[in-house]
Amino acid sequence: MKPGHGEVLLAEGDLEVREDEQRLVQEFRRQLDDGMWAAVPTTAQGGRREARMVRSFEDVPRDADRVIFFPRAAGGC
Amino acid sequence: MVLALGATLIVIVALLWEVSAPRVEETIARWRAGRARVPVDVYDPGRERRAEQRARQLLRSCVNDEEWEMYRDLGFLRVWGGLAAGPEQGGTLATRAGAPYAYIIYPHKPIVAYLPQTRELLAEYCVTFPDLSRPYGSARLPDSDDALAKWMALTGDERHLVGEANMHLPGRQIDPKQVRRDLWRLTQWEQARLRRLAREQRTTTS
Repeated sequence: MKPGHGEVLLAEGDLEVREDEQRLVQEFRRQLDDGMWAAVPTTAQGGRREARMVRSFEDVPRDADRVIFFPRAAGGC
Repeated sequence: MVLALGATLIVIVALLWEVSAPRVEETIARWRAGRARVPVDVYDPGRERRAEQRARQLLRSCVNDEEWEMYRDLGFLRVWGGLAAGPEQGGTLATRAGAPYAYIIYPHKPIVAYLPQTRELLAEYCVTFPDLSRPYGSARLPDSDDALAKWMALTGDERHLVGEANMHLPGRQIDPKQVRRDLWRLTQWEQARLRRLAREQRTTTS
């Protein structure tokens, strides 16, 4: 998520391909180093949709089709 | 004689320079600034509109049909609270006793916690998602991205988000009358949606 742009595709690839996986890991770490939060949209029991916050690449489910990065929350108003 | 005149002339020139130097420097600075290219981030409504369209598509792909229709029709999302004893900040005796509570998510406004059964407002949680890189001159996410970020943070790690937010009593930022009106609209909307779904089901089975 980017101000003035909305959704931006950062990287995509197949986890079964080693080069792709390394690229995805690098991008994941870069985003977290930039202070972003990462979440994986999932479907819980009963069909309820929710998000799962992930703090390392290992936390990302292997069958996840995407990880969404968004700015870290801060107290406002 | 010549020496005295020369010395006097030097003193006069030095005094004149002292008086006029600031004006000369200012004139030169203005001239340079007038010629310099100053980068200006012009607000582009088309770009913001396209960003919002993309953000709405992303939101739609993440939430379920009911939540998407709620956001599309009413302009806010409802997320049920997941903490057994209610939020530590902003909870009441009722939430500590295990009463179900929920949040209303408005884009770029505080999250409002409330008790659905009584429509009692519990607290406002002020939270922002500032992008400090400011790639397009603004730190503000599109409306739907802001709502989605709150939805993800609440459903993914409610305790953390509530801990990060600044908590206030209801009414500090959003008029409680407006929230209660929105909760009433939500009830009406849910009833109408249930009736519509039942009608569609009857049509399918007959």
